[in-house]
Amino acid sequence: MTAARRVLLEGADVQRALTRIAHELLEANKGPDDLVLLGIPTRGVPLAQRLAARIAEVEGAHVPVGSLDVTMYRDDLRRNPTRGLLPTELPAGGVDDKVVVLVDDVLYSGRTVRAALDALSDLGRPRAVRLAVLVDRGHRELPIRADHVGKNLPTSSAERVSVLLAERDGRDAVEISTPAPAAGGER
Amino acid sequence: MRHLLSAADLDRDGAVHVLDVAEQMAATQRREIKKLPTLRGRTVVNLFFEDSTRTRTSFEAAAKRLSADVINFSAKGSSVSKGESLKDTALTLEAMGADAVVVRHSASGAPHRLAHAGWSRSAVVNAGDGTHEHPTQALLDAYTMRRHLRAAGSGHALGRDLHGVRVVIVGDVLHSRVARSNVLLLHTLGAHVTLVAPPTLLPVGVGTWPCEVSHDLDAALTGGAPDAVMTLRVQAERMTTTGGGFFPSAREYSRRYGLDRRRAALLPEHAIVMHPGPMNRGLEISADAADSARSTIVEQVGNGVAVRMAVLYLLLAGGEPAAPTPGGDS
Repeated sequence: MTAARRVLLEGADVQRALTRIAHELLEANKGPDDLVLLGIPTRGVPLAQRLAARIAEVEGAHVPVGSLDVTMYRDDLRRNPTRGLLPTELPAGGVDDKVVVLVDDVLYSGRTVRAALDALSDLGRPRAVRLAVLVDRGHRELPIRADHVGKNLPTSSAERVSVLLAERDGRDAVEISTPAPAAGGER
Repeated sequence: MRHLLSAADLDRDGAVHVLDVAEQMAATQRREIKKLPTLRGRTVVNLFFEDSTRTRTSFEAAAKRLSADVINFSAKGSSVSKGESLKDTALTLEAMGADAVVVRHSASGAPHRLAHAGWSRSAVVNAGDGTHEHPTQALLDAYTMRRHLRAAGSGHALGRDLHGVRVVIVGDVLHSRVARSNVLLLHTLGAHVTLVAPPTLLPVGVGTWPCEVSHDLDAALTGGAPDAVMTLRVQAERMTTTGGGFFPSAREYSRRYGLDRRRAALLPEHAIVMHPGPMNRGLEISADAADSARSTIVEQVGNGVAVRMAVLYLLLAGGEPAAPTPGGDS
């Protein structure tokens, strides 16, 4: 199946969006104190690391970064072939009484975030939980919204959004393709 | 993976995948809240026709940590002691809605029969059948070796096999399902295995197994420079035919094939000492070797829970591959 691909965000757009989110996080939290960034694998993790690097540039403060694998908390496990597991690594200070920012690449149905909230509550009790995503493409199936969004992309559910990151894919971009191929990297 | 009946069911990538999943499972078991919701609503039946403490409790702990319901079914005090057949027991369990059956049986091949006779749709995990196989024990042994020998320091063992690791397995190979499963799995993972036992305690056809065979433990320890030594239990309860006669005396066996302080000192600095348990202290392994710093015997039990969680997860968590939903899920 040949899919028509369109580039929606170029590398520089991705960078600018992340820089803005980093500033928003600092503004909303009135500084970097107690912030913990948890990336949802796979692409949420490099995004969280980049946000922490931006915050370090702006404030000179080190914000702890970790990863939170939500696979075992998903509600669609039985609808798919078994998935492998990815590491969950909490920063040394844990998440208790922290302001945890969940970071993911695409917000779509909201089910991944629901799973992440469940996973997080098994790991501790944060003071607050925020959600930062690079792309919000709509079509929510649960009452969940993002606090910080890089780019709102109204899409058709038949379309497919792919986030490419230099750490994994060699370059930064957000692309959309129609019609959806049978399988791919978007989550 | 539909069932886990034999260590030979796993190819290299499949085995490494199980060990990688076990690694993540082990990480969850270091947390304060160890329970995961992953297998909620699933039922795991422990069907044990033979006594077992650690394997049954290990599977039970693994299933419960994943929120599955566990039904323990032991032959003693059940209809089996009234003469119920394996088939009728299986049909009963199927009617109860078992999603997985963990089976231990004194007859080699019982799990295979259970999986392939068409009596039930459950996933079957072999938890030890006769003198045949015990694949989850082999997986936890491989997991333990990988942690000690391939993740030196704090480095990750993820994705790695046991290529080039040298393993000596010594003891009652004839009656050991652990030995057979280990030889198959360790070979798949690229390790080099030497079995050491008196000729009377080696099974017929051992020459066709993918390993070396020796009758001299000292030579295997000094010449082979093993990275791991696994001692096997002398299974006295299976040595009942014609009054035993597999070796002249326990003392002689211990002298020639027991892992004692002197032999442990022959091992390279980094080598680990393993035993699947339960141990006959003073027979196949001295208290000295069993309690030494290089012994992983207690750790193996803990690793068993993580590995069995991984196996249950891989067998039960996924569904049938459904039609792909457009746009995926996020």
